[in-house]
Amino acid sequence: MYLKQEEEKLLDSGNPTVAKCMEILIALGEIYGAEKLIKVKSAHISGISYQNIGDAGLEWLESLNAKVRIKTTVNPAGMDLQRWKEMGIAEGFCKKQLRIIRALEGIGAEPILTCTPYYLDDIASGEHLAWAESSAIIYANSIVGARTNRESGISAIASGIVGKTAEYGMHIKENRAPDVLVILDADVDPAMAGFKIGSMLKNEIPLLRARRMFSDDELKLLGASMAATGNAAIFHVEGQTPEWKDFKIPDEKIEIDGDIDEFDCEPDLIALGCPHLSENELKAILKTLMKIDRNVRKDTWLFTSKEISEKNRKVVERIENYGVKVFSDTCMVVSPATERYECVMVNSGKALTYLPKLRKVRVKFGNLEECIRMSCNEKN
Amino acid sequence: MRKIKGRAISRGEAEGEVIISHKNFSFLGDVDVETGIVVAEDSDISGKSISGKIFIFPYGRGSTVGSYSLLSMKKNGVSPAGIINVESEAVVAVGAIISSIPLIDKLEKNPFGVFRDGDFIKIRGEYVIY
Repeated sequence: MYLKQEEEKLLDSGNPTVAKCMEILIALGEIYGAEKLIKVKSAHISGISYQNIGDAGLEWLESLNAKVRIKTTVNPAGMDLQRWKEMGIAEGFCKKQLRIIRALEGIGAEPILTCTPYYLDDIASGEHLAWAESSAIIYANSIVGARTNRESGISAIASGIVGKTAEYGMHIKENRAPDVLVILDADVDPAMAGFKIGSMLKNEIPLLRARRMFSDDELKLLGASMAATGNAAIFHVEGQTPEWKDFKIPDEKIEIDGDIDEFDCEPDLIALGCPHLSENELKAILKTLMKIDRNVRKDTWLFTSKEISEKNRKVVERIENYGVKVFSDTCMVVSPATERYECVMVNSGKALTYLPKLRKVRVKFGNLEECIRMSCNEKN
Repeated sequence: MRKIKGRAISRGEAEGEVIISHKNFSFLGDVDVETGIVVAEDSDISGKSISGKIFIFPYGRGSTVGSYSLLSMKKNGVSPAGIINVESEAVVAVGAIISSIPLIDKLEKNPFGVFRDGDFIKIRGEYVIY
């Protein structure tokens, strides 16, 4: 890989953190065949729950001795920073989690603690990013048209500190071309469609053909599910996403039916917000609760970013008046709080994939309205 | 003394006895990070220790958290001294760099044909010396 003089200097800078970060970017560039490093506009760090990275991760973060050069944001933690007791989080866990967040603040990262950084920061088509968090990566590439590879938490930190990434994969236009045309059944649920597409495709990029337009919230759920069951970093939707017209329509074709895979159990928790809820989704939940007009009878947790929650304080208050809890900074997948339940109902293909693996709970699927009706014990 | 050239992914110096696995490896789950003993039942080196050795395996696999698992092993004093891969991937590469464990790949000769368990070898930058 070709390095500019200023990049060579960083390698021998005498600051071990900066040198290691450069080594990481160069190693990734070598492995994936990059010719050079390119500047990125922002970095987003994932894998910061204490549950996930443990003491080794915590100590490594605390050992970092450099500041980020570009806007660098942080994914959800293992608990709501204010309401962790209400979630049933142990004090020992809380202390370690706070140390992780302080270490990240120490390198200049912003602890927005959300998997939806695209709601808080304007990113534009064609911009290069170094994001970790598979659901945010696929959203940025597919729905916005920005360019990021599937970074790990550590490589995102390296990019934040150096301000660059190796130029390979999603940063190069021709690597973003679709390989397979995916025909969606008319009544398919977008999250379930993403779940199935991710499981079927190995490293192929899909171009979706649907009978109707999807909202950005639906595309968010579709992409998050696809990135959880597969390796996808991007998808295109005919007539809808920003880059679908730039490439020729693939010859290979598959069809996705509207059936919902059976994940059946009797839910004792309903959890929405994987990825974190948007303003529109919060409003849709409130509307459904108002229609049913009854308090929830099962534990119901919503997850959104602190910023969206504060911007929609009235909506959140009205939702909580129905007995729902609206948490920030965390989610049902990264927090150990979910583990005390038996069966969790979700509208997310990503949660469906990770809850059984990481939190050892059973799962049931429904769309947003079906989930809220389940919360209120209302027949669908 | 003979030497083979490769590509230094995590540059450094290491030496030790060779241990070879012909299977792809994840430091998250395949090995006990407290003892350095391989616990994956389907591994061809199950029950053996990789601590302090030059660990040769084809390719890394699995979750990105595996990078931190390698760091845990290093902190516990039971990490491999060095790693040789047929071809490196991101998780093991990043883990080796943050743990300062030398890692080299794409050797000019097939490492499975040249080395045997128990051989004493050295990694020096982009060279393996034996």
